[in-house]
Amino acid sequence: MQTAHSPIWPGVLGRFTWHDLPFVRAWENPTASEMIGAAAASLVIIGFVVTVTLLTRHRAWGRLLEWVTSLDHKKIGIMYVVIALVMLSRALVEAVLMRMQQAAAVGDPGFLSSDHFSQLFSTHGSIMIFFMAMPFLTGVINYVMPLQIGARDMAFPWANSVALSLTGGGAILMMVSLVIGKFSTGGWSGYPPYTGLAFSPDVGPDYWIWAVTLGSIGSTLSGINIACTIFKFRAPGMTYMRMPLFCWTSLCTSILMIFAMPPLTVATALLALDRYLGFHFFTNDLGGNMMNYANLFWLFGHPEVYILILPAFGIYSEVVSTFSSKELYGYVSLVLATMAIAVLSFTVWLHHFFTMGQSANINAVFGIATMTIGVPTGVKIYDWIWTMFRGEVRFTVPMLYSLAFMITFVIGGFTGIILAIPPLDYVFHNTLFLVAHFHNMLIPGLLYGLLAGYTYWFPKAFGFRLNERWGRIAFGCWVAGFYLAFMPLYVLGASGMARRTHEIFQPDFRPWLYVAGFGALVLLAALAALIVQLVVSIRERDANRVFAGDPWDGRGLEWSTSAPPPEYNFAVIPHVDGRDPFYDGKRKDGYYQRHVAYGAIEMPRNSISGVVIGLGATAASFGLVWHMWWLAGLSMQLVLSALIARSFVRGSHRTISAAEVTATEHRWHAALDADRPTPRACELSQRNTGLAEIPA
Amino acid sequence: MTQPSLRHAGINLGGTQEDPNADAESGIFGFWMFLMSDAVIFALLFAIYGTAVAATAGGPTPRSEFKLDSALIETLLLLTSSLTVGMGVLAMKYDATRRPVFAWMGVTLALGIAFLFMEWHDFSTMFSHGAYPTRSAFLSSFFALVPLHGLHVLAGCIWMLVMGAQVLAYGFDTRVKINILRLSLFWHFLDVIWIAILTVVYLQGHVS
Amino acid sequence: MSTRGTRLVAGVVAVLALSGCGALDHGILNAQGPVAQHERDLLLTVSGILLFVWVPVVILVPLIAWHYRRTNSAHAYRPKWDFSWPLEALIWIPPAGIVILLAFMLWPATHKDDPYTRLAGRGAPVHVQAIAMDWKWVFIYPDEGIATVNQLAVPTGRPVHMDLTSGTVMQSLLLPQLAGQIYAMAGMRTRLNFAADRPGQFLGENVQFNGDKFAHQKFTINSMAPGAYAAWLARAHKGDRMLDGAAWARLSRKDTTGPQIFSAVPRGFFERVVAATGGAAHPHPNAKHQPATRKAN
Repeated sequence: MQTAHSPIWPGVLGRFTWHDLPFVRAWENPTASEMIGAAAASLVIIGFVVTVTLLTRHRAWGRLLEWVTSLDHKKIGIMYVVIALVMLSRALVEAVLMRMQQAAAVGDPGFLSSDHFSQLFSTHGSIMIFFMAMPFLTGVINYVMPLQIGARDMAFPWANSVALSLTGGGAILMMVSLVIGKFSTGGWSGYPPYTGLAFSPDVGPDYWIWAVTLGSIGSTLSGINIACTIFKFRAPGMTYMRMPLFCWTSLCTSILMIFAMPPLTVATALLALDRYLGFHFFTNDLGGNMMNYANLFWLFGHPEVYILILPAFGIYSEVVSTFSSKELYGYVSLVLATMAIAVLSFTVWLHHFFTMGQSANINAVFGIATMTIGVPTGVKIYDWIWTMFRGEVRFTVPMLYSLAFMITFVIGGFTGIILAIPPLDYVFHNTLFLVAHFHNMLIPGLLYGLLAGYTYWFPKAFGFRLNERWGRIAFGCWVAGFYLAFMPLYVLGASGMARRTHEIFQPDFRPWLYVAGFGALVLLAALAALIVQLVVSIRERDANRVFAGDPWDGRGLEWSTSAPPPEYNFAVIPHVDGRDPFYDGKRKDGYYQRHVAYGAIEMPRNSISGVVIGLGATAASFGLVWHMWWLAGLSMQLVLSALIARSFVRGSHRTISAAEVTATEHRWHAALDADRPTPRACELSQRNTGLAEIPA
Repeated sequence: MTQPSLRHAGINLGGTQEDPNADAESGIFGFWMFLMSDAVIFALLFAIYGTAVAATAGGPTPRSEFKLDSALIETLLLLTSSLTVGMGVLAMKYDATRRPVFAWMGVTLALGIAFLFMEWHDFSTMFSHGAYPTRSAFLSSFFALVPLHGLHVLAGCIWMLVMGAQVLAYGFDTRVKINILRLSLFWHFLDVIWIAILTVVYLQGHVS
Repeated sequence: MSTRGTRLVAGVVAVLALSGCGALDHGILNAQGPVAQHERDLLLTVSGILLFVWVPVVILVPLIAWHYRRTNSAHAYRPKWDFSWPLEALIWIPPAGIVILLAFMLWPATHKDDPYTRLAGRGAPVHVQAIAMDWKWVFIYPDEGIATVNQLAVPTGRPVHMDLTSGTVMQSLLLPQLAGQIYAMAGMRTRLNFAADRPGQFLGENVQFNGDKFAHQKFTINSMAPGAYAAWLARAHKGDRMLDGAAWARLSRKDTTGPQIFSAVPRGFFERVVAATGGAAHPHPNAKHQPATRKAN
């Protein structure tokens, strides 16, 4: 077992030494690499101090507490997306640093140390998957899905809050690793034995293990919650085959979460047993076998790909149908394709290690299974094409993302089939070709989708539209940046350039690395445009309000409420009699029906215990990373106590009085009556107040 | 608004209120999903055990370490406790008085604790032979799988104590009833896992 | 855009295109051995077939989106049209057909190019045992009793049978122009077969990240005409460096090194490395002469 102790109060500080602070390292060894590390740490600290100061100055601590203790699925959804956007910024800057390093490091050590570079690709991958993509999609599902099925909240509002806090805790741990100590150098997949005690005795892999474990437990809880909500909380008449496609993909994603997250938890837990207690699961000696890790990790990792992509598929289905003013083509076939993808995703994990030496028969079977997934995926693309067919397509930002996705994603599918063929995988595995491929799947297939969803549902969540011009600039940069950054990587991979390379010795690679580096800068510009868009939109919010709630002539129930929706979503639970209940409903007379009086509604009260559990688990993880056993022990006791204490809480609901509901609803109806309906031609102008004109 | 009247089969929450039954429906359903997720964890640990059972690295082997007699007693303890927890739930459903429920749950708790003592005794015997988890991949996988089940039983015992306190505090309100039903599902689930452990670990260790 | 601007852009594109070809010369497209050539041919065939998937989407998406734009009044608008059996057949059957076709190509190709498949030899095979170290490769020629570090000499045309293991973490040996790659894992042995068609120098590299100097873990494969290979062997035998315990301890240090040659290697050295790192579990059941057993240590 590891016996490194801190020279400073080892009983208290575990294995912490002054050298674990990047400032001390940069002071002693002022290289560019250390300076960048210290600057990143300063950014985290400054960001923290500025946030605290602003909160204090604006006396906003109460409001912050109101938010983080909320069990409202809408607030929780928004907080997930905030986490995702913050983490996206960090991980994208890391990507740019890596590309700059590679462009500078042809026949030269470049400006980053090898160790720093390795931490960058490890954090970039871990953050993008676990703390950007997962919170982003969980947040969007959290916000939208209950509204779409006509529910007032998730099935387990409190578990929802716990899941959020655990995910947030994992993200905090990732940020803390910038300031105290270092992160793993073992990549986002953390393959032992490299990440085992024998080869990485430092704190890095421990940070990775616990951050990922917190995230994966949170995701398991979310999966159970989402699935149960869809199974049990649909509005009357909302049969399975009437659910919006986004709900179908959320359902499939949540089922994948329930079954695919445990393998990750097992993988990280066993790795932790190896590292902390000297077990021999994945060590080189005493019978350990790292092949078990590869199987466990990818048993999670492959379904994870579809956990990430399916919700985006759902968003595209909503967006394409809405902005084509047309019913979704091939609803049944899309549902079947989604289910097929979800089931097949469990049968292909081995294609992540065709090169581990199993027999050709096994490789061939998994190769064919992998290609099979291409069929339902291709079907979906065509379903969206035929949805536009005979429609009236409006080129709004979400629609532009969808179109760019369809064209770009097919390139990724193309190279995916190539990688699914074992003899070709032998050539391209572990090269930049593979890196280009999965970015080609995840950037169009996940990021574009979530950004489309963000732009599409933002007016619903905040009551005003996002700035269209900056949205288009961001879109242009995301697409151009993607092609510039990743098409060169296909060429480099086909030329035999390994991934995760800190230094390049082949001068012929230089021009392609320049192009890729430039592409990374364009992607950074895209992020900047996204931030500018948000700032500009908030400034102009009063001119772009859509309080009536339906800025896009939407189809699902989520558009049938005010924007933002009241806490209880629906004053009266709607009855559903078709696939596009709101679109068809508002085309009949008297859909926006005003009741004279409404009943009282019970909603869950805020609860601090979710946050306590999340922060306790984070503190326990931090204690485990640094071998501060007292901290780990106390924090775990805190978590357990909070759990038990919560089970004793009665009266966890508060009643929104009938008068309050009636007042809220009447205010909204008054606005509806005053609004002038917006024709589609004017939907991007300030005339759009959220009441759609129904063409004759 | 007419909703289909939901009545949960496992507990008697009264037929007039709609909400508690709906809560029970989704609450129990969600717990089933949690159990399935937990089952995946055990399934994977069984798989790891299967690949590592021969990797004894010259150290203790299954045959040298596993005692069938104590495994048999542990099995009987757990199976009996499954019966008693079931009786406890039935008592809650039909009597809803404290005494029979406490009696059955008390017996269950005692059996659970007895099981944990037996298991701890087994482990310490193994330790005394030098069969530590750090000795080989086989022992690592054994000490990941079987004690994890033990930890679940321990969690079940603590849960039972917490439920006892809640019954004293609140009587049999809806949440107490739902949670006791969940607890019994959890307890039965642990039984199923134990049967698999008995078969895959203990019996196989003596057959092969 | 001004003419000068156009010329500048054209110039940049031309330079990129030229150097691009330069980059691709180091990879599979410039295959130099039978395995890599087959893989390259397969790549080109599969890419050709996949064009039937890619081209329709790339044409249809912009075409349909633009034709059915809201501002174009010259098209049919059928908001309720959402299904058609013939179309359904069109979107399910051709992709399925393509996958079935590819599956029929995949199965034999996977067997033919399996890294474990011995090449039909032109000449007697050369046996090499590769040990992945941090951050270097050790190659043992068991039939010759010599070993090299970070260089691999092979006779042109003759098949090379390579066994791999790792003395440290998992690594992956990629020969971009000669064959694919296979993992090297401690306590296990994997296998890679390849041959070089003509004399020349080719790159071999570890592509599985393994720490600080990962990027440096590259070596040259020297494909030599039979005469030159014999001369190289003779030179190698003449040296007086033994791969003994002290030399192994030096090689086991985490560091890079230049090419080295050892004129003598103890018998069974590779097998001892496999056993010393624990397992001897064999992932590939087809390799019959290596029983899939676990050795205790």
